[in-house]
Amino acid sequence: MASAHSIPSIEERFEFTSGAKRNLMIGGAVGVALVLVGAYLAANGGGGHEVAAHGAEAASAAHAGGEHAAAAAEGHHTAGWVKRIWANLWVNGVYFTGISVIGLFFISYNHLAQAGWSAVFKRVPEAMPAFLPFTGIVLLLTFIFGGHDLFHWTHEGLYEVGGPEYDPIIAGKQGYLNTPFFIGRLIFYFVVWYWLWKVIRNLSLQEDELGGTEFYEKSIRFGTAFLVVFGVTSSTSAWDFVMSIDTHWFSTMFGWYTLASWHVAGLAVITLTVVMLRDRGYLRAVNKSHLRDLGKFVFAFSIFWTYVWFAQFLLIYYANLPEETIYFIERFSGHDGYYKAPFFITLFLNFFFPFLVLMTRDSKFTPSILKVACWSVIIGHYMDFYTNIMPGSVGSEASFGPLEWGFFLVFICAFTWSVASQLSKANLIPRNHPMLEESLHHDIA
Amino acid sequence: MAELTGKYLVGVYDDDDTVLHAVPKLRKAGVKIEEVYSPFPIHGMDEALGHPRTRIGIAAFMFGLTGCICALTLMCWTMGVDWPMIIGGKDPISFPNFIPITFELTVLFTAFGMVTTFFISNGMGPGTHFHPRFDLRSTDNKFIMAINMGSNAMSEDEISRALRDSGAEEINIKQF
Repeated sequence: MASAHSIPSIEERFEFTSGAKRNLMIGGAVGVALVLVGAYLAANGGGGHEVAAHGAEAASAAHAGGEHAAAAAEGHHTAGWVKRIWANLWVNGVYFTGISVIGLFFISYNHLAQAGWSAVFKRVPEAMPAFLPFTGIVLLLTFIFGGHDLFHWTHEGLYEVGGPEYDPIIAGKQGYLNTPFFIGRLIFYFVVWYWLWKVIRNLSLQEDELGGTEFYEKSIRFGTAFLVVFGVTSSTSAWDFVMSIDTHWFSTMFGWYTLASWHVAGLAVITLTVVMLRDRGYLRAVNKSHLRDLGKFVFAFSIFWTYVWFAQFLLIYYANLPEETIYFIERFSGHDGYYKAPFFITLFLNFFFPFLVLMTRDSKFTPSILKVACWSVIIGHYMDFYTNIMPGSVGSEASFGPLEWGFFLVFICAFTWSVASQLSKANLIPRNHPMLEESLHHDIA
Repeated sequence: MAELTGKYLVGVYDDDDTVLHAVPKLRKAGVKIEEVYSPFPIHGMDEALGHPRTRIGIAAFMFGLTGCICALTLMCWTMGVDWPMIIGGKDPISFPNFIPITFELTVLFTAFGMVTTFFISNGMGPGTHFHPRFDLRSTDNKFIMAINMGSNAMSEDEISRALRDSGAEEINIKQF
């Protein structure tokens, strides 16, 4: 379709400047310093919440249900600040795994739908899964060294019939929740996701050099294979990484819920990266219509996340079964009401704010508004995973201080570094993509 | 749509691309185009015609807000004031329970409101006799450009020539 705007050059290469590298280094160093300060403060009882928490621990442990009471009764007790470090690694590891893998998810469903509009900025989602090995190793090491503090089901006593800690409910889940199978699954997810990304990425890079539709058609097939794999592994990884922390509790919505959370966060990262690249003079071929569609994506999927969140909440709220409501009671009023703030901040940052800000047409292609909305979603979904993971693992000893900010900052800088170095490896616009012409003329006015 | 009066020049085009390119050309030549009719939406046409931004979004928001307020008022009054009921051990007025219905009525009011708006603004609906005013083929395979002679200073010949140059395959005159 004809459009009034002229098309800028498609030959451009992203330069990962030494200035940008230095800034990311500084950011990472600040993050590490914050972690050290936070760990020092927490280890010396400086964490504001923690001081109060120790006094109230007995009360809230009883409050928080059987599994925590059992954990306290078990006798061995890791220091709160160590648990906090493991839990922080886990929260960020899971969150950034999701963001990374969503890059491949986005590419794959765009291939499957033979969508043309997204071809021009395709390199951005394509660059994201390169971070998977990093988060994979973080999760694996965290599980091996800190899994005992995070996952109640790793305690052997639970499975001894007749033993003092025997828990028939958890023992019934042993076929799925056992350490070798868990580690096997964790490795399987990362190997398969990363391998499929590598294949699709290589096809895309070859296409850039050689041209033709053969690579595109192969990418469709591999992308579809990924979608089939991810259809299952997105749910199972959500159960493994997040839901199994609250071992007694389960929700049939949880796979969807985590996928929705990952997806909207990933879309926000894609949008933010595209907007920031445009700010730096790259990707001038991305026009208002692309930005508007990306804005719509973030808008729509923040509503989708809220829909799934609410569907899960409403069923539990209505049915009022004690074994299910404990999950929300723990977050709402358990642990001295500590999680009430993150609980509502999550809803505000992930629904109300992006919903109202991105509602009008113009805001979806206004870079400054898009940036604010995307950051809201990115921080909001960090809080989402914080609210999901912390109560069952750290419980009353959780806090939000330099430790949390530091880890988040380190992961953001590492992820940005990984994306930027991938972007610099190829022409920023896939010059031989068969849908590129359509994408360059994308016009939804 | 206001009642049409006066004399119109009607350009018939065969292709959406031709008509989209004809519009800026004609406007540059000084022709005032009233409207273009097409069997399907043409991207970029609103901009090319210089139509003011549609206010349909504001209308939709207002309809939705009305639905939202109606739903909440109805439920708060019936469940909480007129005949308080405790269902599932929840308070008579408990918002999580109300959200699905609030959502449904917001959507319902918006949908009905928008359909009504569509009928009114196009002069359609019960009791009106809708007929494509300029050319029946605008609902089939032709692209119709309507030019009101009353609002144009140029002569009929000049406009006809400009239309012909811009790719119109037929030029008709309509008198209302």
